[in-house]
Amino acid sequence: MTQPRTLFQKIWDSHLVDTQDDGTCLIYIDRHLTHEVTSPQAFEGLRKTGRKVRAPEKTLAVPDHNVPTKDRHLPIEDDIAQLQLDTLEKNVREFGIPYYPMDDIRQGIVHIVGPEQGFTLPGMTIVCGDSHTATHGAFGSIAMGIGTSEVEHVLATQTLLQAVPKTMRITVNGKLQPGVESKDLVLAIIGQIGTAGGTGYVIEYAGEAIRDLSMEGRMTVCNMTIEGGARAGLIAPDEKTYDYIKGRPMAPKAGAYEQAVEYWKTLPSDEGAVYDTEVVVDATKIEPYVTWGTSPEEVGPVSGSVPDPADFAAQGKEAKIQRSLEYMGLTAGTKITDIPIDRAFVGSCTNGRIEDMRAAAAVAKGRKVADRVSAMIVPGSGLVKEQAEQEGLDKIFIEAGFEWREAGCSMCLAMNADRLETGEHCASTSNRNFEGRQGRGGRTHLMSPAMAVAAAIAGHIVDIRDLD
Amino acid sequence: MEKFTQLRGVAAPLDMVNVDTDLIIPKQHLKTIERTGLGKYLLDELRYNEDGSEKEDFVLNQPAYRDAKILVAGDNFGCGSSREHAPWAIDDFGIRCVISTSFADIFFNNCFKNGILPIVVSPEDLEKLMDDAGRGSNAVLTVDLEAQEITGPDGGTISFDVDQFRKHCLINGLDDIGLTMEKENKITDFEAKRAQSQPWL
Repeated sequence: MTQPRTLFQKIWDSHLVDTQDDGTCLIYIDRHLTHEVTSPQAFEGLRKTGRKVRAPEKTLAVPDHNVPTKDRHLPIEDDIAQLQLDTLEKNVREFGIPYYPMDDIRQGIVHIVGPEQGFTLPGMTIVCGDSHTATHGAFGSIAMGIGTSEVEHVLATQTLLQAVPKTMRITVNGKLQPGVESKDLVLAIIGQIGTAGGTGYVIEYAGEAIRDLSMEGRMTVCNMTIEGGARAGLIAPDEKTYDYIKGRPMAPKAGAYEQAVEYWKTLPSDEGAVYDTEVVVDATKIEPYVTWGTSPEEVGPVSGSVPDPADFAAQGKEAKIQRSLEYMGLTAGTKITDIPIDRAFVGSCTNGRIEDMRAAAAVAKGRKVADRVSAMIVPGSGLVKEQAEQEGLDKIFIEAGFEWREAGCSMCLAMNADRLETGEHCASTSNRNFEGRQGRGGRTHLMSPAMAVAAAIAGHIVDIRDLD
Repeated sequence: MEKFTQLRGVAAPLDMVNVDTDLIIPKQHLKTIERTGLGKYLLDELRYNEDGSEKEDFVLNQPAYRDAKILVAGDNFGCGSSREHAPWAIDDFGIRCVISTSFADIFFNNCFKNGILPIVVSPEDLEKLMDDAGRGSNAVLTVDLEAQEITGPDGGTISFDVDQFRKHCLINGLDDIGLTMEKENKITDFEAKRAQSQPWL
């Protein structure tokens, strides 16, 4: 009788190439995504040492961080950004790596593109020089962000040296209430465990509320795992997973697909498998959540108020919260729904999928963006954009006063021209509310797509459940 | 990679928790295709005003800390983005050791790949080291990786844990990729087996 194993342990064990005496593991990497920002120094490293890419077909390159989201027919104004994009193109040509250039309909944010193309499959190890690689864990794979040195290691050897992480299971019992989305769920989880709560762990999400989520919703939850400190978050594959994958361009074809599904069905954690830590969350208690500070853990229900820094003294975070409120221009006791909004951003690898576009459009339909607000919708990929346009969502957004842009990371990290000005409050569906993240001095409030659109329309944060 | 054995230098205190990699090196500096030259942008928004002038009161702008080789910081240092530009900026500034009560996983890994030693200490030890680091030009610490010991300005020592494989690589300046390539046969065997068991991959 073998020991019951977790989903994570099964995938890890099946990728072990070697274990050193000290326990460090050499694990095989099935898929590698790469983009223009964290790869140039890795390719340069290969050139300097005369090394080759071991398995070019297991890497997929897509520019996303730097790309402009409008006027793509014009040259990019930022020469340095252009050089980085040109460098990616040069590198993929030299090393023979599959690549979707900016004018390809399949171009988009790497973490939207991977699942969309069927590049992401259950039971895999997937890495990318980007911390939001955790997204792909929604398919029941070990997916994690790596640094550029590790990117070079993967390119050269198709493996990574890793210490075995600890395992945490977060079980979300019950059902999410109307108006509460996967984004609210993951923000509530981060509020509960803290931004370092998952450090050293891989998190498996389980429970009724997780099973009830669509694949898009599961990707949103796994995506923000890193905001809770864990490098990877994963969810057991099920019928929803198999249905999502079927027929995608890089998914296994008929015959192989059935064989793959049989294997994928063996992946879910065994009854009695043991985790290092267990966390239980009650889905029925979760409201729409909004961040008020400058760390994803500085978050609370929309019905609440900005807290008093003194309440954080016991955690030793009073000074941090004080600094956050000063940066955000907020005073303790202000109702969350009284926070004014100047900008709104719907998009990113957290909330740039078709379901997010539909949720945003459902709120925007027949309404108008407030005069004081400048708002933009940025689809996560060219294919999401095309699908949204086929459904007429672009017209709804434009009529409501939103800008409808081309695919890219955009104002999630503001590397391109899309950024906040000092002091502006932004209702954002992205993943980080760090100081300066969306532009120096910019003030980010993380929330769901429906909440961001509602805030853009009202000109202040609103409770989506109060909309008629 | 440059070897790390013993380091003696001024330690700068950065008494903040959750210092994220966006704060360590903001996005406008990620457009580079080089690893070097990022030191002047380290902690950019804490160090400089919007017009580019220095913020005088910020620790790294004070005369005693301009050549700091060690950084003592609050809990959860390096959280957020995986950008290796963060340790590149730290290294390029001249800092080769960061001490905190905890580090985010990706940043922690990235440090070792760049010859930087991240040291985890207890909250009590951090308080003491933060105090030591507050002594300006007298804030000199000695970090001995071989002995796994930090010696303060008063001669007191604090011992620390480090993963033995990582220690070995740092002390010898070893390149991970070179080590892994010695296991090429094992990788090839693994690939052959998987082509059999999971042909759809």
